[in-house]
Amino acid sequence: MSNETARPAAVNLVGLTKNDYKGTPSTLCKGCGHNSIVNQVIQIAYELNIRPQEIIRLSGIGCSSKSVAYFLGNTFGFNSLHGRMPSIGTGALMANHRLRGIGVSGDGDTASIGIGQFKHLMRRNLRMVYVVENNGVYGLTKGQFSATADQGQVLKYAGENQMPPVDICMEAIISGCGFVARTFSGDARQVRELLKAALSHRGTAVLDIISPCVAFNNHDASTKSYGYGKEHELPLHELGWVPVEEEIEVGAYEPGEMRVVEMHDGSHIQLRKLESDYDPSDRGAALSRLQTAADQREFITGLIYYDQSRPSLAELSDLTEMPISQLSPAQLRPRPEALDAVMAELK
Amino acid sequence: MRQNGAVTEDVQLTQPATITNDFSIVVATVNGTGSQTANLALLRALMKMGIPVNGKNIFPSNIQGAPTWYHIRLSHEGYVARRHTSEILVAFNQATVQQDIAKLPPGGVCIYNADWRTIPHRDDLVYYPIPVNEFVVRSGLKGKLRDYIANMVYVGALAQLLGMPLPALEEALLKHFNGKRKLAEPNIEVMHAAHAFAEANIVKADPFAVSPMAVTEETIVITGNEAAALGSIFGGVSFAAWYPITPSTSLIDTLNEYLPRLRRDPESGKATYAVIQSEDELAAIGMVLGAGWAGARAMTATSGPGISLMAEFAGLGYFAEIPAVIWDVQRVGPSTGLPTRTSQGDVMFTYYLGHGDTKNVILFPATVKECFEFGISSFDLADTLQAPIFVLSDLDLGMNNWTSAPFDYPTEPINRGKVLSAQEVAEHGFARYKDLDGDGIGHRTFPGNENPAAAWLARGTGHNEVPTYSEKPEDWLANMNRLDRKFDTARRLVPAPVLQEVEGAEIGIIAYGTTVYAIDEARDRLAEAGIKSSYLRLRALPVNETVREFIRRYPQVYVIELNHDGQMHKILQTEVPDMAAKLKSLAHLDGMPLTAKWVVDRLNGGSHE
Repeated sequence: MSNETARPAAVNLVGLTKNDYKGTPSTLCKGCGHNSIVNQVIQIAYELNIRPQEIIRLSGIGCSSKSVAYFLGNTFGFNSLHGRMPSIGTGALMANHRLRGIGVSGDGDTASIGIGQFKHLMRRNLRMVYVVENNGVYGLTKGQFSATADQGQVLKYAGENQMPPVDICMEAIISGCGFVARTFSGDARQVRELLKAALSHRGTAVLDIISPCVAFNNHDASTKSYGYGKEHELPLHELGWVPVEEEIEVGAYEPGEMRVVEMHDGSHIQLRKLESDYDPSDRGAALSRLQTAADQREFITGLIYYDQSRPSLAELSDLTEMPISQLSPAQLRPRPEALDAVMAELK
Repeated sequence: MRQNGAVTEDVQLTQPATITNDFSIVVATVNGTGSQTANLALLRALMKMGIPVNGKNIFPSNIQGAPTWYHIRLSHEGYVARRHTSEILVAFNQATVQQDIAKLPPGGVCIYNADWRTIPHRDDLVYYPIPVNEFVVRSGLKGKLRDYIANMVYVGALAQLLGMPLPALEEALLKHFNGKRKLAEPNIEVMHAAHAFAEANIVKADPFAVSPMAVTEETIVITGNEAAALGSIFGGVSFAAWYPITPSTSLIDTLNEYLPRLRRDPESGKATYAVIQSEDELAAIGMVLGAGWAGARAMTATSGPGISLMAEFAGLGYFAEIPAVIWDVQRVGPSTGLPTRTSQGDVMFTYYLGHGDTKNVILFPATVKECFEFGISSFDLADTLQAPIFVLSDLDLGMNNWTSAPFDYPTEPINRGKVLSAQEVAEHGFARYKDLDGDGIGHRTFPGNENPAAAWLARGTGHNEVPTYSEKPEDWLANMNRLDRKFDTARRLVPAPVLQEVEGAEIGIIAYGTTVYAIDEARDRLAEAGIKSSYLRLRALPVNETVREFIRRYPQVYVIELNHDGQMHKILQTEVPDMAAKLKSLAHLDGMPLTAKWVVDRLNGGSHE
C-alpha cells in the first residue's frame, strides 16, 4: 500500500481509481472465498469503467449478503431480508430500468429460504447479476448443512447430510434463466470473465460460485473446499469476455477450437474448447451435462447455458424511457379533465 | 300453478298502509348463475330514482353452485346500514328456501319459482309464485344463458309489484352491458315478460312500494375498491405488485383497467407505471419496497392472510424507512376464516406489524369517497413519513356498490417528502437518517442520483445516521428514539377524526370504518329514546390529542367495532392509559356488516348506568 501514496493512483476512463470501487472493510473470516469474489467485483468494475450511479447493489441475509457492503461503496444498495433479494431487486429495477443490479446471495439465501423468489426472478428476468456465494454450509449460525450440501457429507456439528443437494444451475435453467454459469472463487480469472459477461446480459445472469467456508466446510472431504476445488475443477472451456469495442480473434485457432457467443449488447464471449466441445446454447444438453456432473461428482465450471433471446420484464412492460421513479408530479397525476371523464362514466 | 296471494284473509285485513321506500329485499340465488347482473340492475335503478339504497352481496367462497344472498335496503331517511331483517324474499334457490322463509318477518313477502313442487308455508306471509321456466324456454336461449336470463324474471316481477318504472331498469341494464344493446336486449325482453305476467296474474297483497325521490345532486355508483384504485391513480401510483386475494382483487383489477388509459406518456404512448402479479404476498411487498426505495410511488392490495405474510417486510419498511402504501381489504380471520365476509379484524396486528418494536400508521376509510381521498393522501403520507402506510378497508366497503357525490380533484399538490437532488447533496451534504428538522424524518436520495455522495446502503440491520452498520447501544437507542419522534409527527399529519358532539350527551362512541352506517342510524334511534350520544369517528392511527380530549369529556366511552376481541378498544386503552377504565368495548363479528339494531340493543340495554 505504501507505494500507492508515492505515485498518483491510476484512473480508468470514468476518472475513478480502483479504490473508488471499494466498500467498507470486509468483516468476513480471513481466507473466506467471498472476500476473493468481492475483490473480483471491484477489479472488473474498475476495468469496465462502470459509473457507480448506473448500478445498484442487492443482497439478502447471511455471510454472502454482507459482501455487498465491501464493494462499490459509492453505489446505492439494499441489503434486504433473508431470501428476499429477488423481490427487492425486481421492484427497484422496474422503478428504474436504466439501472443494472449486482446481487450477492448465498446457498441458504437462494436454495432454501429464497428458492421461491429465486425461481420467479429467473422467470421475470430482470437485468441483474445474481451471484451465489455457495459454500454448502450456514456460517453465521455455526455450521448447519445448507440445501446445496452433498448427500452423505459429514460435518462436525451437523453430522451426516441425508438429503440430495439442490443444484442452483439446474434450478436456474429450468426456471428460464438465460445466463447460467458455475465457477470457483479460487479461479479468479474465470470469475472475472464471467462477471464481465454477466453484466452484459440483458436479463438475469446467475453465477453459482463455489466459495469455501474456511470456518466450517473447508476440509478436504468437502466438495466445497479449496483443496477439492483446486484439484477437481473441470472447466468446460477457457472463457474470455470481449467488449463491444474490441475485435474478436478467432483466426488464431483451429476450426472448431473456438466458439464465439454474441451477446445482446454486442459484446462477445469466446469459449476455447478444452477436452471436448461444449455448446452452451443447448438447454437440454446443459441440463444433461449438469446431471452427468452431479452423478460423477465432477466440478464443472464455465458458462453452462446462454440464451439471449428472452427480453427482461422491464423490456416486456412497455415502459417509458424515463424511469418511473423519476417522473415529475405532472406526469404522476392525470389532469382534472381525466377525473371528470371518469366521474361522468360512473354516473 | 298456485295462484298469488296464498294469504289468509285476516293477514290481508291487517295490512298496514303502504310502506314506501323503507324496507329490505333479500335475493337468494345460487352463485355463478349471473344473479349479480339482475341485482346490480335493481340497485342501480333504485339509486337513479333518488332513493337512498344500499346493496350488500353476501356470497360464498365458491365459483359456482353454492348459495348466495343479495341484500337491498331502501331507506327514505337515508340509512344504508344492513338491516337485521328483510321483508321481501326472492326465493330462487331451492337449497336454502326453508331457512330463507323462516327468516322472514310476519307480513313478509316471498316471490318464488312456481315450478318448484313444494315450498314451506307460513300463514303470516304473502306468496307470489312466478313460472320461471316458462319465460326461460320462451326466450329461446340455450345452456348457461338460460340461468342468466332466469334472474331477469324476478327483476320484472319485483318491478311490477313495487311499482318501479321499467325504463329505469332498462337504463341500468344497458349501463351494465356497457351500452351494448344486443347483450342487454334478451334480458330486457324477459324482464318485460315477467312484468306483464305479474300485472295480469298477481293481485298485490303486500304494502311495499317504491317511489322516486327528489334527486338533490348527481351521484356516482362505485365500489370502495374501485374508488381506492382511482384515488391511487390520482395520487400518482407508478408501481403496484400484488397477489390475488379476495376481497382485494378488484382494487388491482381497477388499476389495470384505468392505468393504460390514464397513465400513458403522451409523446411515446408508453406506460408510466408497472403492475406486477407476484408469486405471493412476500414478494409483492418486497417489490413494493424495492420500488419505493428506488423512488417510485409503490403500492399493494391484499387481505388478512396477505398481511400475515407481509409482516417480515413491514418491519424492514418501518426500520429502513421506505415509503409504501398497503391496502388491506379486511375479511374474517383467524386463518383463512370466512374469506368472503367482512370484518375489522386486522387492526391490532397491522398496527404493530413486524417483530421488535414496530408500529405502523393506519388509515381507516369509511366511505367510497374516503377510499378515493386516502388513495391519494396515503402516497403523500408515505413519502412524507418515509414509512409503509396501511389503509384498512373491508369487504363490505371494498366489494359492494355505494352511491356517492362525484369525487373531487385533489387540491393539494403531490408531496414527495424530503428528497435530495444531486445538486442539493453537493450543497448540503447527505446523511440519510440525520434528523435535521426535529420531526424525526431524515432526507432521502434515489438510486440514479448522479452525486456519488448521494449513495447509501439500505438495510434492516442496526445503523447510524450516515448510515453505516452499527451495533453500538447509543446508535441503536438514538435511532429508535428518532423513530418515536417520527411517529409523533405522524399523529398530526394523518387524517383527523370526524367529531359529532351533542350538547348534554352522557355517552361517547368511538368507532372507525364502515360501522359508521349502523352507528349513524343507531344514534338517531337512541336520541328518539332520549339517549344522547356524541361520536368520534377515527380515521387513522396513531391517535392525537383530539381523541384524548374526547375521551376526557364523557363519563362512558364505547368503542364499537366489527371484530371479536375489541382490538381498537385495546389499542386506545394503551394510548390513553390514564382513562383506560372509561373505555368500554362493544365488539361483534359474525361475518355480517353491523346493524343499527345491534348497536341500539347494546347501548339501550341499561349498560351505561
